[in-house]
Parts: sequence; structure tokens; C-alpha cells
Amino acid sequence: MPKVDYAFGIGGEAGQGTATPGNILARIFARRGLNLQAYNAYQSIIRGGHTFLTIRISDGPVRTFGDKLDGLLAWNQDTIDRHLKLMTAGSCVFFDADKIKPGTPNEGVRLCPIPVKTLSGTSTNKLLANTITLGSLLQMLGVDFKYYEEVLSLQFKKKGEAVIAENVTAAKAGYEYAAENFKPYPTPLPDPGKPLAFTTGNDILAMGGIAAGVKFYCAYPMSPSTAVLMYMAKHARKLGIMVRQVEDEIGVINMVIGAAHAGCRSMCATSGGGFALMTEALGMSAMMEVPVVCINVQRAGPATGVPTKTEQGDLWQVLGAGQGDYPRLIVAPTNHLDAFKIMPELFNLTDKFQCPGIVLSDLLISEGTASVDPDELRFDPEIDRSALILPNGNGNGHAANPWGGVRDKTYLRYKITDDGVSPRAVPGVPGHVHVVSTDEHDEDGILISDEFTNPHKRQKMHEKRMRKMDAVLASIAPPKLVGPENAQVTLVGWGSTEGVILEAIEKLAAEEGIVASQLQIKWLVPLHVDAITNILSKSKKIIIVENNYSGQFARYLRSETGISAHGHVRKYDGEPFMPHHIVDSVKEQLAGKTNHSVPVHEIMV
Amino acid sequence: MSTPVLDAPVKTEAKPSGITAKDFKSNHPDWCGGCGDFTVLSALQNALAELGLEPHKVTVVSGIGCSSNLPGFINTYGMHTLHGRSLAVATGLKLANHELTVICTGGDGDGYGIGGNHFVHTMRRNMDLTYIVMDNQIYGLTTGQTSPTSVKGQKTKSTPHGNVENPINPIPMAIIGGATYVARGYSAKPKHLTELIKGAILHKGFALIDVFSPCVTYNKEGGFPFFNPRVKILEEQGHDTSDFHKAIDKGFMWGDEIPIGLFWKRNDLPALHELEPVLNEGGPLAHRPLGVSSENVKALIKEIM
Repeated sequence: MPKVDYAFGIGGEAGQGTATPGNILARIFARRGLNLQAYNAYQSIIRGGHTFLTIRISDGPVRTFGDKLDGLLAWNQDTIDRHLKLMTAGSCVFFDADKIKPGTPNEGVRLCPIPVKTLSGTSTNKLLANTITLGSLLQMLGVDFKYYEEVLSLQFKKKGEAVIAENVTAAKAGYEYAAENFKPYPTPLPDPGKPLAFTTGNDILAMGGIAAGVKFYCAYPMSPSTAVLMYMAKHARKLGIMVRQVEDEIGVINMVIGAAHAGCRSMCATSGGGFALMTEALGMSAMMEVPVVCINVQRAGPATGVPTKTEQGDLWQVLGAGQGDYPRLIVAPTNHLDAFKIMPELFNLTDKFQCPGIVLSDLLISEGTASVDPDELRFDPEIDRSALILPNGNGNGHAANPWGGVRDKTYLRYKITDDGVSPRAVPGVPGHVHVVSTDEHDEDGILISDEFTNPHKRQKMHEKRMRKMDAVLASIAPPKLVGPENAQVTLVGWGSTEGVILEAIEKLAAEEGIVASQLQIKWLVPLHVDAITNILSKSKKIIIVENNYSGQFARYLRSETGISAHGHVRKYDGEPFMPHHIVDSVKEQLAGKTNHSVPVHEIMV
Repeated sequence: MSTPVLDAPVKTEAKPSGITAKDFKSNHPDWCGGCGDFTVLSALQNALAELGLEPHKVTVVSGIGCSSNLPGFINTYGMHTLHGRSLAVATGLKLANHELTVICTGGDGDGYGIGGNHFVHTMRRNMDLTYIVMDNQIYGLTTGQTSPTSVKGQKTKSTPHGNVENPINPIPMAIIGGATYVARGYSAKPKHLTELIKGAILHKGFALIDVFSPCVTYNKEGGFPFFNPRVKILEEQGHDTSDFHKAIDKGFMWGDEIPIGLFWKRNDLPALHELEPVLNEGGPLAHRPLGVSSENVKALIKEIM
């Protein structure tokens, strides 16, 4: 059993500061070796609104931001009004004693009013309230002040010594005020263990791309994917990566394809709306057999939808992206570390099978923060570029006629092979001159679509491309059942919901004595149909949990395997699942009350 | 008529021996007999040969349309991309391998219509690309609908009562948009066109050559008989290609006299790939080894600790 499992909520209007305090806490906790998850509920506004960040920590695994709060740090009255009623016995509520009237809390909730003005001294820096309050919280968690001071110095390094000094003084005041006036939390944080890293999903996707050898990245800003662009831009020059912000997402994907054709590992990220603009060119990637990787960070749709809220609503969009049939790979990372590791794997596969690869992330995973073991972040993954021919690599200069082109049939770009994979020379290689085209073409790249369409050649080329998919399945890991085969119920999810479903299963066992198993799907295309069918055919009851209205995965599963789930848990209010949403839904479905649960998000954020 | 010589910089690299226009010959084009695009193709092949470029070091990128079929008819690397996207694809290609000579070809609908946004942004970036637009003022491959350069009153299958919209004039647009080499050619003046193309390829920056390349099938009004008496070669008129305002004025001229030639050129602006320090050393990005140095890995990890 873990010694501690605490969660804290920080709320205020945009501009009052939730991200910075969240970051400071995350760094202090991760440096002590505590696992953590943080999730920021916010709106598309620069000032105002209600922003609420939840950070959960434990010396055991932390898979979600959880169900309950042990502390509420309220920067304004609105936060108190929204959240105080949800605070339960044992939790502490921190607020500015001069400005906020808390009202009556639930029984057992401890109010911790802080005289911010007095503790700020002569400073007029309004954000010092945050520093002071964190000081009180950290004191009550038994964190030695030096750790707080260290992280504050790092956090405000760019702002200069004066700002650091001002914050450290305020922090100390808050820390000492708590020591004199508030009782500490019953269990102090355990002694520091091996330090952990902490990062957002977007940053770790960028890092994964960097590890995979991305040399070209471009994007058009779109929430919630923009942080990938910012991370790449920040590190581009040091790492030798060409990073560009371009005119629109159509430009993005076409440039990525151009760069990939030259031989770069090339990547882009967007959200559903931008992805919609990219779809024609994804077909070009497949038709020309030029590998690219595109990340779609899903947000609540359709159209502009809710830009700052999460959803798993783009599955059918990516499944059907673009006209015609073409080979594509689609993977939905299930947690932060997975998001890092799938990038090199996906790049190797797209290089091998010469087709587009799509990463289906979502706001929950991409903007969520999590701790990771730094030793797991391997920036030296296996790189396999398969049948690529570069000017400075194999195939260089050995052709009989270096300028040979269409009249020289020794090199055929689209040579029909058993596995459908043909050697891929890039422009600049002598003796391999050819044209790649979006029109249907013959083995030498010459169009068959215009003057003399040839149904037999068309069929052969189409089959050659599609045949590549046959070998992909063997290259990717099949999903595995977590939990006993004879569980009362199997919960099926995909992508980012892995953690919350697993926690719900633990809760079902601990609190309700219900034995549930989990099948989480990561690879969506190709889908391990046989493995999934084999697992689910033994399940007593299948409930599919997903963050959308229509059960996009449930319908996909049925179309590919013929398996219809017994029940569904769907949430489409923009907020992610909390464990109790799934627990309550499974309970009501096992009790026979319904087979379609739509949990209600209790917190208004 | 003498062939005008443009003020192209002297090429310093030794010309590989034996390169001729024949080395750039490929499959015979599937264009209609008499199409203006034949001349553009041969002018491009001649220009490449005269510059001594090797076929494997050149990539021709096109969109979709009659003229965009060109990469299939020239022996260089080619990318026959999507409708309107040649400039975007070529931008990625050039940044990934800035040692390649990258030439974009296409039509007026492809470049100024569906590709208009890329056109504007590629110009302001001063991408080192040569963009040859075979402008026939009509959608040919879709059998004769109005295009962004169709003149007012032009009858097409989608404007049977005459086009009521104003056309785009690509010359002033490109001069204002940031292109650093802006020219207009004419299919019936192949030697002049060859010189314009050579100058464009040697120019370090974005070069637009809008070529009157008549569609003999679907645009009877804007054909050779219309242009022949009207085109006037700027190089024979002592036009100053460094005079911004005059270049724009000339670009707007339309009627009894329509100028062709180099309108505008400036050499004082770097191309995008020259502005990006990532390309300063190490050769083309696409040929560099993959992987991150252990020093850089340490720095990346430190940020998140």
C-alpha cells in the first residue's frame, strides 16, 4: 500500500496563476520521487473564466487525477463557490482571509484562511498570494523548506534575483504561518526517493519524435496540439531540426511530405479541424509511398467545438481520412511514457511500409502532466529506415547510367514485390531518377491514369500498396487482457483512458467486491482482430468505455470483429472520466439498470 | 529578332561534360497538338542543359492540371502532387535538401486559384524555387471552365454569358507579395523563355515566370492570334528591373501592348534556407545521421527534472 495518495486542486480565473503553482508543486513532488498526474481544466480565454488544476501525488502508481481532493487552493471567491461543497472530511481549504468568504464547509473540512496581505509585507505583487499559499501547503505536508526554495529559484530564474528573493521571503512567511496556525496533514510525504521527471503529453510526443530522428517539423497552431510546435521550435536549432509555422494545415502536411520525400523523418501535429484539412494529402503520402507521421490531438468537436476540452471523437475521422482505400497506421497512446515510446516505433514502421502514420492523442494525455522515470526516456531507440536509398548511402553512384530515368528500367520505384515494399530512392540519388505521383502509376512511376488507363495495372498497383498492411500486424504487439479471464465484466477502452479504467477496476474490487478485467486498445489500424476476438469471446460481459457520444470504438470493434458490447459508458461533456464515473456506471449496468451510462461531471469547470 | 540576354550571374560550377537537352527528354507529352505547354517544356529542358545541371540533381514539382503533367515528360526527379499543392510540397523538399534545384510547374488554376494561399506565403518567404505557371486563362483538364486569370467577359463553360469577375494579375501581385524575380514569358517566344528560366534557376530566391501558354482547345479568345501582335519584350525596351514602381506599372499593362520579360528582380534578400541556422553546416538535412547526442539528451532530461 502506498503511504500517501494526495490530490490538490488549484483554482482561479485565467491570469491568476494555476499553471505556475502547478508546475512548482509538480517539480517538488517529482524530485522527491513521487508519482504524479496533473490536469488543468480551462477555457479558451486569456483572462477571466475559471481555471482548475488538479495535481495528484503518491508513492504508488498514479494513473489519473482521481476522484477526491485533499486540498483546495482557491485564488478567488468563484473557486470557493464552485468547489467547497465537493470537499470532504479531512481536506483543507486554503484561501486569502482578507478577500474570500468561504461559507460553511462540509463536516470535517478544515478551513485554512491565510492573511495574504500581512504576509506579503510591502510587496504589491498579487501573485505572491500563490507563493505564500504553496508555502503553507508544503509545510503541512512535511516538505523541508529548502526543497521549495530550490524550485522557486529555478522557476523564477529568468525573472532575476529580486523576483526570486521576493518569492522566497513570501514562501517562508506562508510556510511559517502554517507551522504556527494549522495542523499538518496526518501523513507527511515519505522521504525523497529516486527523482522522477515530469512532463506533458505534448512535450513527450515531441521528445519521442526527436528520439526517432525527426529532422523536419511544421505546424499551424491549434489547441490542444500547439505545445508540440513550441517544444520543437524551442529546441530546433540546438538539435538541428527544421521547424516552421506555416500558412495552414494543408501547407503543413504537404511540406511534411515534401521533406519526407527528400529523405527526412518528418512530422506534424494538429487537432481535428486541422487534421480534416490534411486528409487529401495523407492519401498522397500513401499513393506516393512517402512516409510521414501526423499527430492528431483530439478536442471536443465538431467544428470549432470546445477547443480546451477533451474528447475521443476523431476515431472515424482518422479511419476514413481521405478518399479511396490506402494503407495507414493509427495508434492511440495509452499514457505519457507510451506516447514517447510509440514515436520511434511508428517512424520505423512508416519507413518500412512507406505509408502515413497517425498518432491519435487527446487533450487529456497531451495537456496532462505526468511523472516519468527518466531512465525510461531512451533517446537512442532502434532506427530502421528499411528500403530507403539516400545519395550518401547505399545505391550511391553505382548505377550504370547516373542520369538514367524512364528509359532505364534497372530501377523501378514501385516495383511489384511479394510484400508490396519497393526500394525508395530520394531525389539526388544518381541512377534512380523517377517521378512520384498522386495519379495511379505503373512500376516506373509513369501515370496510367491519363492517356491509357489500364485496369490490370491499376489492380496490381492497388494490391501492391494494400498488401503492405498484411505484414504490419506481425510487427506490432497485440493487446493483452489485464485481470482474470473469468472476471464478472471486461472493460474495454482505447488510448488515453487506460489509467482511469484501471483505477476504476481497482475501486470496483476494493469497494464493491466486483472483479473486472481490462482490455485497452492502442493500435487501432491495423487492429489485432484475432487477438481481440480471442480475449473478448471469453468475457462474461463487455462494457466499452469511451469519451464520445456515439460509441465510435464500439462501432469500429463491431465492424471489424462482429463483437457487440453488452454495455457502454460514454462521456462527451468535454471533461475526462473520473474513476467513480466508471465505477458507478459499471455498478448500475451489472445491476441490470441500463446498458448505456452517461456519467455526469459534478465539478463545474 | 535577337535573343535578349538577361543579367544572370555567372555560373561558377564546372558544367558536367556532355549534358544536352536530350538528357532531359522523357515520355512524349499527352497534351493536345499545338498546346503552348510543349514550348515551355522544351524551354525548360534547354535551360537545364545550358546550365549544365544533372538530371538527378533537379526535381520538378507540379500540382494537377494539363500543365502539371509536365514532370512525367522531363527526365529529372519529379513529384506530381495534389491540385494546388506544388509550392508547399516543394518548400518541404527544398528545406530538407537545399542542394537540389527545385522547379515548380503548373497552371493558373492550380497556382492562383486552389493554391493561392501557398503562392502568397511562398513568395513572402522568398523560397529558392523557380515557379513556372503555364497560364492559359482556362481550366483545360476539366474541359474549359473559368480560371482566376480568365479575362472579363471571357465565355467559358462555367461562364457561358461571359465572365463578370476581375482576373488576378500575377505580375503585380508577385512583385508586391515578395517574389524577388518576377517575369512573364510567352510560348511563342521559346528562346526568350529559355533565358527567363535560366535566370530564374540561377536566382537565389523565389522566381515566378507566368507564361502565356495558350490552350488551343478551350480558349479560342486568348490564343496565339491574340497575343502575337501584342506581346512586347521588356528587354528590348530598356526596362529597369530594379525599379519597383515601374515594374508594377508594366505588370498592369494590358491591351494593345502586353509586356513580357523580366519585370522585377532583387538580389539583396536572402532566401529562406539561407536564413535558417540549422542549415548552416552539415549538408542537406535529409542526409544527416539520425540520433541525438548524449550531451543534448542530458539537457532535454534536465529540463523536466
